[in-house]
Amino acid sequence: MRIEVSQRAMAGRQDGAVLRGVPNKITARAVNVHYGAKRALTDINLDIEENRVTALIGPSGCGKSTFLRCLNRMNDTIDICRVQGLIELDGEDIYAKTIDTVQLRARVGMVFQKPNPFPKSIYDNIAYGPRIHGLAQRGPEMDEIVRSSLERAGLWNEVKDRLREPGTGLSGGQQQRLCIARAIAVSPEVILMDEPCSALDPIATAHIEELIDELRENYTIVIVTHNMQQAARVSQKTAFFHLGEMVECDDTEEIFTTPRDERTQGYITGRYG
Amino acid sequence: MNREHIVRSFSEELRRLTTLITQMGGIAEAQVETAVRAVAKRDTGLATGVMQSDARLDQYERDIDAEAIRMLALRQPMAGDLREIVSSLKIAADLERIGDYAANIAKRAMVLAQLPPVRPAGAIPRMGKLVQEIMKEVLDAYIDRDLDKAIAAWRRDEDLDDLYTSLFREVLTYMMEDPRNITPCTHLLFIAKNLERIGDHATNIAETIHFLVVGHSLKAVRPKGDTSSFALVNPADAPPPPGDDAAEP
Repeated sequence: MRIEVSQRAMAGRQDGAVLRGVPNKITARAVNVHYGAKRALTDINLDIEENRVTALIGPSGCGKSTFLRCLNRMNDTIDICRVQGLIELDGEDIYAKTIDTVQLRARVGMVFQKPNPFPKSIYDNIAYGPRIHGLAQRGPEMDEIVRSSLERAGLWNEVKDRLREPGTGLSGGQQQRLCIARAIAVSPEVILMDEPCSALDPIATAHIEELIDELRENYTIVIVTHNMQQAARVSQKTAFFHLGEMVECDDTEEIFTTPRDERTQGYITGRYG
Repeated sequence: MNREHIVRSFSEELRRLTTLITQMGGIAEAQVETAVRAVAKRDTGLATGVMQSDARLDQYERDIDAEAIRMLALRQPMAGDLREIVSSLKIAADLERIGDYAANIAKRAMVLAQLPPVRPAGAIPRMGKLVQEIMKEVLDAYIDRDLDKAIAAWRRDEDLDDLYTSLFREVLTYMMEDPRNITPCTHLLFIAKNLERIGDHATNIAETIHFLVVGHSLKAVRPKGDTSSFALVNPADAPPPPGDDAAEP
């Protein structure tokens, strides 16, 4: 039985689309990342399945955030960072010369650890992206994007009467949902979340987690979290990173009940050295 | 996973839980042993002791439940720890049931002691011995986290079922032979059934140990030896009684 599961998982890694009926949105093959001379990631092979939440867990410095940032080429902004290997979005190499990183980041949006709304009105926080990407200018068309983005982020009812007030005046949890709404506004396909709840209280966290679960219907989500219970609650797949390696990736349920690798077991049960 | 938790008190709590299960297992084992001895020796004193001690097992189950629930709520265990805690809940429930069966055997031992002895009573210690062996093996397997031992015990339950089926037939024959045997034989039948059920709970524990160690349940279908549900003994086919003095005191 154990062998059967691992064979299935291995097969899934090679050809998830055929075997599981869930196509891979992103595939990473032999990804290596260096910061200067220091190697941050070693030969990462990972498939991110479409319309699923994939959680990346692991101790600080294990490379999970680095990997996340590879997926929309955020690491390009770091001079000393060098990315090798192949990362495909819908079968297209995102590090190819023909790829426009601005367009890529519109397709692969990102939400950060600390809510970082622009110092603008709530309305303009949302409208900014669609405007620069030319999705809409002013008027009813933009109003509609703002409304639907805020609705999908579960924030509309709380802010609909104060759209002209500054986004920075919202509570932490509301700000984070504003950032998610801002990411959604440009109609991305993938949303990357780097510790989106670590600065939030449990209620705000619950709102974000509920939101993640709803967003999964339309988006592929990759979330980095230090909170193992959160990974267990929100994700369908979990990948465990350790010292720059991807140790194990499997269905979340498997990882948290029957991890195969000693290191995974040690980390999630709090025995990690 | 031998490494200690970073939070040491968690490791200590898990150890305490294992100790509670081990102690409870020891008591359940002793209860079964004493109950069977009470039947064999027609000793009402032993039987009374078993009936009184059952409350201890109930208390152990409540303690283990409380401890496990507390740990689930406060520690949010994962992986091996989670399996450890969930397993302790299940094993405690099985041991508690085993205790109930032992108490019931003791009760019937009291009744049997008032009645003239019947020959099939001789088969009870044999069944009891096998049950005790299985229980011991299962509890050792729990302490050592020994998968092979658990599976071996799990397979032995088949022998117990066979013994039960043959005793069932024998008892029926005695009842047909002389209606005065019906009361003691019925009690014997229930005692045998209780022992057979104890064996089933012991195999449940073996299956739980499998889950605890490996992470998924034992998939194979256990060979079922208890065919007494289909047993039919016609008076005409009944073998001649082993001896005419069988029912005589």
